[in-house]
Amino acid sequence: MAKQQLSTQTKTKVEKTSSLKGTLASVFFLGFFLIFTWVSVYFLFLDRL
Amino acid sequence: MHMHKYEKIWLFFGIGSLFVFLAVLGVGAFAQGNQPPSCLTTIDPEKVDQTPPFDKPGLVKTGDNEYQLNIVASAFSYTPNQVEIPKGAKVTINVATKDVIHGFEMAGTNVNMMVEPGYVSSFTQTFDKPGEYVILCNEYCGAGHHLMTAKVKVVE
Amino acid sequence: MMSEVRKVDARDGKLAMAHIYVAFIALALGGLCGLLQVLVRSGKFTLPANISYYTILTTHGVLLGLVLTTFFIIGFQFAALSRTAGTLSDKVRFWGWIGFWTMTIGTAMTAYYILIGEASVLFTFYAPLQAHPGFYLGLTLVVVGSWISGFAMFAHYAKWKKEHPGQVSPILTFMCVVNMILWLVCTLGVAATVLFQLLPWSLGLVDRINVLVSRTLFWYFGHPLVYFWLLPAYMVWYVVIPKVIGGKMFSDSLARLTFILFLIFSIPVGFHHQLVEPGIDPAWKYLQVVLTFMVVIPSLMTAFSMFATFEMYGRSKGATGLFGWLRKLPWGDARFFVPFVGMLFFIPAGAGGLVNASHQLNQVVHNTIWVTGHFHLTLATTVVLTFFGAAYWLIPHLTGRVMTKAMNRLAIIQAVVWAIGMFFMSGAMHFAGLLGAPRRSAFSTYGNAPQALEWIPYQIAQAVGGAILFIGIILVLIIVTNLAFFAPKGETEFPVAEVAEEAERTPLVFENWKLWLGITVALILIAYTVPFIDMIQNAPPGSKGFKLW
Repeated sequence: MAKQQLSTQTKTKVEKTSSLKGTLASVFFLGFFLIFTWVSVYFLFLDRL
Repeated sequence: MHMHKYEKIWLFFGIGSLFVFLAVLGVGAFAQGNQPPSCLTTIDPEKVDQTPPFDKPGLVKTGDNEYQLNIVASAFSYTPNQVEIPKGAKVTINVATKDVIHGFEMAGTNVNMMVEPGYVSSFTQTFDKPGEYVILCNEYCGAGHHLMTAKVKVVE
Repeated sequence: MMSEVRKVDARDGKLAMAHIYVAFIALALGGLCGLLQVLVRSGKFTLPANISYYTILTTHGVLLGLVLTTFFIIGFQFAALSRTAGTLSDKVRFWGWIGFWTMTIGTAMTAYYILIGEASVLFTFYAPLQAHPGFYLGLTLVVVGSWISGFAMFAHYAKWKKEHPGQVSPILTFMCVVNMILWLVCTLGVAATVLFQLLPWSLGLVDRINVLVSRTLFWYFGHPLVYFWLLPAYMVWYVVIPKVIGGKMFSDSLARLTFILFLIFSIPVGFHHQLVEPGIDPAWKYLQVVLTFMVVIPSLMTAFSMFATFEMYGRSKGATGLFGWLRKLPWGDARFFVPFVGMLFFIPAGAGGLVNASHQLNQVVHNTIWVTGHFHLTLATTVVLTFFGAAYWLIPHLTGRVMTKAMNRLAIIQAVVWAIGMFFMSGAMHFAGLLGAPRRSAFSTYGNAPQALEWIPYQIAQAVGGAILFIGIILVLIIVTNLAFFAPKGETEFPVAEVAEEAERTPLVFENWKLWLGITVALILIAYTVPFIDMIQNAPPGSKGFKLW
């Protein structure tokens, strides 16, 4: 299973050189903004029912 | 396909949020009856003035605290263009057009629907807050589009 | 044949540049109309010489929504195909020119009938407002021209595939092909309503028109249209930006998957533009709302890919901490900075889009100026700034020039000006829309209604923002003119990124067009067949034409 070995090696390398913590934080910030906007208009809709 | 662990987390969260939104909308629409205006009744656009209830447009009391408001839209006016509604009334608004497409909007409320030749547009709204609301046309209908307006007063 | 073509052939460059010239002329004229509109809506200014607000509005929408976009995209894609799949054959290039001239003649014809006041029907041309047949004929030529170019692109792709059996096509080529398939499938709807309904009706061959069917065919086209605008911007983000910053593509496979998802999900969603109209059962509307939400997924993936590309690059340059990588990005390079501003604006744009498509929530915003604010974020900021950013290397690449430092600085200023102008204009539009201010309307106080008077401060903010945006248009025209005619001679790179080493090999399944087209058609049939049959079976008497302007 040479292929498997290769992929484990790559994985260790990936984690060392390219952590994507900042990416995760960024997209979650984006996600919360989407939710905030949607919920705001949803409550405006409910208020006008 | 390989996907980074964080991307999986993000997509799980993101797609999950989308489904939560859809569920909230679905429950509101199908269980609580808050569907967008989607009346299926048709009408001959050239005979609107002869077709009830649009032959006598205006506010009609249909039950205890229940009303029908029938409005005829045409370029560039609404008939009637002044209406008084008692506070707390549940009003079913029916609108039909004699000519082109209009956009029936009561600013500051959820009453907002396309009015298309051949169809009756209908929406039911309860008016709990007293005040004056402007009705306007929000779909381009010609040179006088921005002058097309009516007024609703919700009175005690 | 394995050696990569680095430079777009000069003859292909000419074809691409022809498209780009038309696009920027449209920007100049359409932008001027936009300025006039915001001034009128402020209530402080009236148009001279009895010019109609709605003629200006129609011109603005057609020139910027249809002409600027379509021409830039087709020009860009011809260049991208030539760069990544090899120089176009004489035949493909010939048909590209036929497509260009067909579109250009169509545009001129459409513009003529709008400007003489025979077609003030806005760029959505909803029946039963009836324009001069020449208006519809002109639009038909624009679409037919784009089809000719589309098939020329397919032929070029087929040639590459034949010469490279069993190989995965270059990613930019793949993306261009997806976008043109999307375009061909969706324009069938608008072609159907124009050719079978609007043209015969405006020529007097038939008396009446089925309004709801016409609108439904229009919106079958109208939403994928916006993805046809967006996908070339995504091409730049996925393939060009990583190279510009000096990094690698995050993942080739995920980028292709994103494009396939757009192809599948962007068409069966037109009802979310028709959520508040009569004659369509709300359950079918809801089904298309669900499908609309599915088309959000590829954009969520894109957001992750973009941030990941930036973070991977920053960390490879030694960045630490949660956001240290941000500081490593080439902020002084317009080719990166301008599209990046576009990306940021896509966050509020997407948020607004979710609201628009949210079934009953659409009642809050439908046809209010919120919607105008929304697509001035998506199209007029995200897409257009990305196109500007692309033009800053594409034009000098094609004309054999280089962008000077001064022009690069001006381009950065341009993007900042645009961001400020749009912040005021689109922001004010969103808030005024929530209060009920309508879109597509000249200035009106609706009989001094107190509610309408409340909107005026927002309309003044729109005018301020719009005026700033017009300065932005002047700046970009200066830059583009410089790059096309005056910049120093030299070599400019057409940046195409390589894939990060750790990314896996791309599977061939992405080019199984029968599969993807099959799914696309199946979803369209599921979403549209029953409601469409309903519309025809329960059709009311048709409408005669009206000319109310």
